[in-house]
Amino acid sequence: MNSPSPAGFEELPHTADRALRVWAPDLAALFGEAARGMNALMGVKLAPQPRKTRVYGTQASDPESLLVAFLSELLYAIESERLAFDQFEIHLEEDRLQVDMSGAPIQSLTGFIKAVTFHHLSIQQKKGRCQVEIVFDV
Amino acid sequence: MPGLKDMRRISLYEWEIPRSFRPDMRGPVRIFATQELIEQVLNDKSLDQAVNATTLPGLVGAVVVMPDMHQGYGFPIGGVAATEYPQGVVSPGAVGYDICCGVRLLASRLDFTEAKGYLDPLADRLNRYCPSGVGQEGVVRVNFPELDRVLREGARWALRSGYATENDLARTEEGGCLEGADPQRVSERAKTRGREQIGSLGAGNHFIEVDVVETIFDPGTASVFGLQSGCLAVQIHCGSRGLGHQICTDYVQDFQSAVRRYGIELPDRELVCAPMDSPEGQAYLGAMRAGGNFAFANRQLLAHSVRRAFEETFAGKLKGWQLNQVYDISHNMAKIEVYSVAGKRVQVCVHRKGATRAFGPGAPGLAQEFQKTGQPVLVPGSMGTASWVLAGTEASMQVSWGSSCHGAGRTMSRARAKHDIRGDALRRELESQGIQVRAGSMSGLAEEAPAAYKDVDQVVEAVVAAGIARKVARLRPVAVIKG
Repeated sequence: MNSPSPAGFEELPHTADRALRVWAPDLAALFGEAARGMNALMGVKLAPQPRKTRVYGTQASDPESLLVAFLSELLYAIESERLAFDQFEIHLEEDRLQVDMSGAPIQSLTGFIKAVTFHHLSIQQKKGRCQVEIVFDV
Repeated sequence: MPGLKDMRRISLYEWEIPRSFRPDMRGPVRIFATQELIEQVLNDKSLDQAVNATTLPGLVGAVVVMPDMHQGYGFPIGGVAATEYPQGVVSPGAVGYDICCGVRLLASRLDFTEAKGYLDPLADRLNRYCPSGVGQEGVVRVNFPELDRVLREGARWALRSGYATENDLARTEEGGCLEGADPQRVSERAKTRGREQIGSLGAGNHFIEVDVVETIFDPGTASVFGLQSGCLAVQIHCGSRGLGHQICTDYVQDFQSAVRRYGIELPDRELVCAPMDSPEGQAYLGAMRAGGNFAFANRQLLAHSVRRAFEETFAGKLKGWQLNQVYDISHNMAKIEVYSVAGKRVQVCVHRKGATRAFGPGAPGLAQEFQKTGQPVLVPGSMGTASWVLAGTEASMQVSWGSSCHGAGRTMSRARAKHDIRGDALRRELESQGIQVRAGSMSGLAEEAPAAYKDVDQVVEAVVAAGIARKVARLRPVAVIKG
């Protein structure tokens, strides 16, 4: 929680896979930063046009499960549709998540993530700030 | 996190973290490694993850860890855990996202000294015919009903479709077809991801490598395996691509609620599991086996493409270029096997994640030709370093759940490798050693640099000294194709 900017992400060392620390003022912003961080790990570069919009919604028993489901949805779009999203309007309510997102076809990628894991996944919410560490299988 | 002080040294190459180390352990951790190799992982979470794996309900005996161990997510890479069948659990996270990731070895009778001048066009053709890289499509595209046949039949589907020989299947674990595969337990999303990727290598640590059989340690066994000194061989390392990744993603998410339903408490949510005799456990086993069959078919199609490259390069010019299969073996899988435990025959589900099955002589399920030698155990090194062909032993059946190591094992993070190593410089260095390199990305090449891995020779020395495998041959790389 010592990071200077109110929201952001940084890569953490991991022997075999990739890991991110993500922080934001609230849970909704944290989800958006996590998505941007995951795109950064893969070196996603979007085509300028055409912009695409999509609404994603899901339900789960806890915020960690919602986060994994959301990031996994983005990975699926990247691999199956070559489509990535970079703008997110996130609505979180109890056990429900709805995301209005926009993005574009992928111009290039420098790496790929196989999956988002639950490995020691625990969203910490303290003093009006949220932080999480996410391990990705690559 | 366990340290050396928490371990009991059983022999020079065998260590134990006793069950008393943590109250929630259901069995000990047994580590096969030198002290030096153990010290290399004390700074990562490998051993902590091995201790966590001992909490799986229905665990039988020890969680075994191989000398190529390194930190994974949930379950350590290089870990093996057996759970009682059918009341014990199966854990998707203990198999991993790349279900049935494995290695296939093909061998020729083509002498390297004759073939040396053709390596450049050979590497070009391998690179062209074996699609690699991020999200790359495969050499065939199948519709959904045909994909279901792939998921049910594995390499048998490839044989029916003209991409395999009977000998290939005889020399593949389980004949290249896992019984009990259930395509209906595989989501439409997984099928959509996999449908266009059959016959593709992918990215990350997956590769095709042309090697020379440099040293033979056991001529009799090498002859049975089809290996000849000084001749070319080819390794194919890949798995079930997006289909397997999605199956694991789906079930790890589904099992988050299953553990609550069955009252299972775990130290890490990535270890979620369900009893094998529950509907959830049965569904995962059916889906995982389908993912395994996809991987066997995938490597079979890549083998077909490799053979095409060899034929176009060498036919009419040199003799002995035909590639015969040595073996195809998975290192990410859960399988029902029978062992003798405390004098009783017990059926267990052996989870291997980054560990290779290493059945010894006479083990049930081995092909006839390997009944006297034990099965081939394929241990790829890192680019620029040796790979090994070992044979399974009777001791492995007694002390390591019929398992051995699967590779060199990473020791440096990908981020640090990319920071410290330049891909183009590495490529020049490898080429100066006589190794042809074809890589989709220079940063990807840097991540997989030899310096990021342990010394594979040390890893092999440890499993051989511990008696869980024996040396057959050492291979030296001459061409590497990476995604």
